Amino acid sequence: MIIVMAKNATTPLSKTPSGISGLDEVTQGGLPTGRPTLICGSAGCGKTLFGVQFLVKGILDYNEPGVFMSFEETVKDLSVNVKSLGFPLDKLAAEKKLRIDYVRVERSEIEETGEYDLEGIFIRLNHAIDSIGAKRVVLDTIESLFGGIENAAILRSELRRLFQWLREKGVTVVITGERGEKALTRQGLEEYVSDCVILLDFRVADQIATRRLRIVKYRGSEHGTNEYPFLIDDQGISVIPITSLQLNHSVSKEIISTGIPMADKLFDSGGVFKGSSLLLTGSAGTAKTIMASSFALASCKRNERTLYFSYEESKEQLLRNMMSVGINLRTHLQSGLLRVQSVRPSLSGLEMHLMMILKLMEEFKPQTVVIDPISSLLSIGSISEVRDILIRVIDMLKTKKINAFFTSLTQAGSSVDDSTVLAVSSLADIWIELTNDCREQQLGRNMRVIKARGMSHEMQPQPFSTTSKGIIDPRPLKK
Amino acid sequence: MVKEMTYELRLYIAGQTPKSVTALNNITKYCEEFLKGKYKIEIIDLLETPQLAEGDQIFAIPTLVRKVPEPIRKIIGDLSDKEKVLVGLNIRKV
Repeated sequence: MIIVMAKNATTPLSKTPSGISGLDEVTQGGLPTGRPTLICGSAGCGKTLFGVQFLVKGILDYNEPGVFMSFEETVKDLSVNVKSLGFPLDKLAAEKKLRIDYVRVERSEIEETGEYDLEGIFIRLNHAIDSIGAKRVVLDTIESLFGGIENAAILRSELRRLFQWLREKGVTVVITGERGEKALTRQGLEEYVSDCVILLDFRVADQIATRRLRIVKYRGSEHGTNEYPFLIDDQGISVIPITSLQLNHSVSKEIISTGIPMADKLFDSGGVFKGSSLLLTGSAGTAKTIMASSFALASCKRNERTLYFSYEESKEQLLRNMMSVGINLRTHLQSGLLRVQSVRPSLSGLEMHLMMILKLMEEFKPQTVVIDPISSLLSIGSISEVRDILIRVIDMLKTKKINAFFTSLTQAGSSVDDSTVLAVSSLADIWIELTNDCREQQLGRNMRVIKARGMSHEMQPQPFSTTSKGIIDPRPLKK
Repeated sequence: MVKEMTYELRLYIAGQTPKSVTALNNITKYCEEFLKGKYKIEIIDLLETPQLAEGDQIFAIPTLVRKVPEPIRKIIGDLSDKEKVLVGLNIRKV
């Protein structure tokens, strides 16, 4: 449990870790302890999964037993549905850490006559909570009762009593609710649960699905107000808390080569800082991929694991083309030092790409990561979305002191005016621009360092050529 | 020989609340009137045996469950509407 002082509050508001990776950063500690939180969203947005994960992680990571009261899915269905996520509900139930109670309310089987209350639900919940000493409770989706009970007046007053009772019981509760057309939930549950309300959203734009999460309210606590993208993968839900990143990673003074001798010479230090992020921009045909591959090759030669994301060329195409300029990546690929991940950006949404990048980094543990080019991600997201994703990636790279090399395609002319590049360039430590120009009826190429944090560098554009031996400075040869 | 049909009923309550007492009085009255000698009423107080609530899917109190004859029927409330209770339990008037 994390105690966070709420602004303008005299008592500290205690918070319970949600078990949803990233969410606790957004909520500054988790869900309000001992109070109900409403999770609302349309069908398929991940509400039930949120609830299950809240309980399962509560048990596994914080040793807090939990009760899941399901009004929609049977115990068996629920268990099967989350099995693929590696949530062992059966096992946890056998260990008496978890209790699942399926409440079936079928209107056709029930007659109503005269006065009644919903004490039966209270008794079942109370019994379930007490039998395992539960600290966490999920009610999924209690609104189903509206379909099963005729007397809505009784139901409403009983729900009010139920939430009050749960508060007194001191359990941290997640209540799921179906998104309504005018209100947050169909039955206006937000009226009863006012401590914390989280909205899950699932939308499809340009045929690519994205999931987003927003904290609608959080009484007595500060919280992030943005919409945060979130992922559902085989590990469950994880939120990407873009704005909560802190700049506190340690840095290296070690200098490494870019893999291109003439590029190294642009810096007084003879190379770039280890663990820094390089951005390479240029219009079509300015040898961006060659530079990127040289960087990857240099990394392999230092015996560093290298991960290369190729968004425009297939693995074989990349290997063949680089071979033609004397960059032999195949041996390193075979030795396992290099991994080339070649995939079309439009294959999946941005969040999935981010997940794939982070996952591969987790798995492969590279010391160098190349993304060639980041501009193709723009085909599946807006500039600000791509930027958000890259911030996340760069943050991860920085924390792990991984060398990063990003290329970005720009329009012909100077890339300094390109809005895409501007959005991303502030994230990079080093920015090198490549340009084509025509001199004396010959196509020439130039490279120029636009910025290099913490190192002095050459200001003038330097001409370069691509030969069968890679990128070289053509000038000495002219003499 | 015609087999005598018997009714096995269960009344779920949570303590001696007015609603539960009314329900018990009502069902006893109807049974005496229409099922005399052919019925059993078992009273389950969930305050004493909360673990029994799950089995019969009890959520409302009081709830009357007709266990026999099958299929199981449920009536929630204080059973004050005699007609509805008789129809709900499928008891034919004599």
